Amino acid sequence: MIAKRPGGLRRAILSERERPMPARTSWIPYALIAPSVAFLGALFIIPLVQTVWLSFSAGEGVSLANYQRMANDLNFGLAIRNTFLLTLVVVPLQVILALVMATMVSKLDKGRDMVLWVLTIPLGVSDLAAGLAWLSILQNTGYLNSALYALGVIPGPVGWLSQETPWTLFFGIVLAEMWRATAIVLVILIAGLQLIPKEFSEAAEIFGASPWTRFRKITLPLLKPSLQSALILRTVLAFEVFAVVYALGGRNFPVLAGEAYTWQNENQNYGVAAAYAVLIMAISLAATAVYLRALRTRPEQLP
Amino acid sequence: MTTSLSQAPASGAPRAYMLPSARRFLLWTGLVALLAWVLVPIYFVALGAFGGRTGVFRWPKSIWPSDLSVAPMMQFLNIEGVFNALMNSFIAAGLTVVFSILLGAPAGYALARYTFRGQNAYRLLVLLTRAFPLAILALPLTVSFIRIGLYDTPFGVSLIHTVLALPFAALVTQSLFMGIPREYEEAAWVFGCTRFQAFVKVVLPLALPGLAATAIFAFVISWNEVFAASILTVRERTLTAYLLKILSESPLHYRFAGGFILIIPSVLFIFAVRRYLFAVWGIASK
Repeated sequence: MIAKRPGGLRRAILSERERPMPARTSWIPYALIAPSVAFLGALFIIPLVQTVWLSFSAGEGVSLANYQRMANDLNFGLAIRNTFLLTLVVVPLQVILALVMATMVSKLDKGRDMVLWVLTIPLGVSDLAAGLAWLSILQNTGYLNSALYALGVIPGPVGWLSQETPWTLFFGIVLAEMWRATAIVLVILIAGLQLIPKEFSEAAEIFGASPWTRFRKITLPLLKPSLQSALILRTVLAFEVFAVVYALGGRNFPVLAGEAYTWQNENQNYGVAAAYAVLIMAISLAATAVYLRALRTRPEQLP
Repeated sequence: MTTSLSQAPASGAPRAYMLPSARRFLLWTGLVALLAWVLVPIYFVALGAFGGRTGVFRWPKSIWPSDLSVAPMMQFLNIEGVFNALMNSFIAAGLTVVFSILLGAPAGYALARYTFRGQNAYRLLVLLTRAFPLAILALPLTVSFIRIGLYDTPFGVSLIHTVLALPFAALVTQSLFMGIPREYEEAAWVFGCTRFQAFVKVVLPLALPGLAATAIFAFVISWNEVFAASILTVRERTLTAYLLKILSESPLHYRFAGGFILIIPSVLFIFAVRRYLFAVWGIASK
């Protein structure tokens, strides 16, 4: 292929610098990936090791002092409970809502692109902004209370987001999280749905399968790889949840990432912050492992 | 454009079946509800941003806009630090775009065009980043960043944001380059282009729209990130870090103004890349 190359001396010199075709291996791919490997090494692997190291070092030598301090903190139990509760409630709801959205959109022919654009807007919205958007609805003199007042349900402004109302605060955070992060699940699921041949469903329809059966027996199993990646992505992010919670409830609803932030920035105790970080990482890795096992697909099951 | 990226939002495909009108009505009712679910909170935060102090405390509120003006927004932008934070956000996001493309695209090209030893190890490294809450890694970086003078700079923030955007950029550009036939490049070599020239003259123009989409995603990732930006800055805060800091002490209408400013660029960007959205995420989530 490259052997015959027309051109004069200049070209001959230029081509001299080249290697023959990327037949098997050459130095070029290594040169191409080297910068990103170095970068990820410096800013992903090293900080990872540092975090673990930092969490086990207190004063001199290796110790569990930071973990003890973390576990003895008043907010620790609450933060664990709240983070798990949020993840367990929010992630399944997001998947269900995204499936509903995807199913409805797939029935559309006109206006599909427009609808999809609107449904994916929250994809670009930061968690902080999402929290603030829902704050405008849920605050004392906000739109929810105004609506309830107009309906005669409440006599005047009611606080939903205070320490005295942990459950409504929790519910508000769930709403904001569902609003913001369902979009990413939707996008992953739609990308996955596009890979499923329509013929499967059509064949089942001919044999008299109801829409629900078709969904359960064909769409859902074939969607498993997409569901898996959506679940991993969302769960890892859900354990880091932080800004939405702060925007809506401030410190009233402790979560793990929020505690890490407080220990780092306000208490200036990097060791305990690192212990929280290690805890969050361990939980995320465990969740990923669970999903990889539970939603394993054998190659022959792929569409 | 590449085949893989341009086919994805398969829109015009005619449906084989038509829905009866009652079910059509139900479908559209549901869709309108979903559209409202997405749009209404943005509308309300906009009302809050342009309604000022009186608007925020009006009781009971009407859902229709009244006494809106740009004055509250201008007031917010004139608060000391806000404009600076906005600029820092732009700088950090811009640098993130540059770094993640410069580091990610070559890697994507290598994965797309070459078979080499260690390929799978590299893929594993990239995928591994996804199982970790990456922003948390900003915690130990504080100390080293202080030591080398990167702490409290948009540049330092952009480095950790690049860790978030780089795996994404590598995977997306990989499939982008795979969609451009190798033969085009080989033809250019035959005509005497060097490998680099062939890339710049033949591959790059074809890959440009996809690269632009990747860049926009990197921008949005950085623009929206709160945790790492808050950990790594004190005075040169990004907008998200600034808003987080003032959350507990600033009046509500300023918070809504900040929230609104945060939302706007993202909405425009998502609009700009809507054609690529599903292809890009389909790839990045494999």
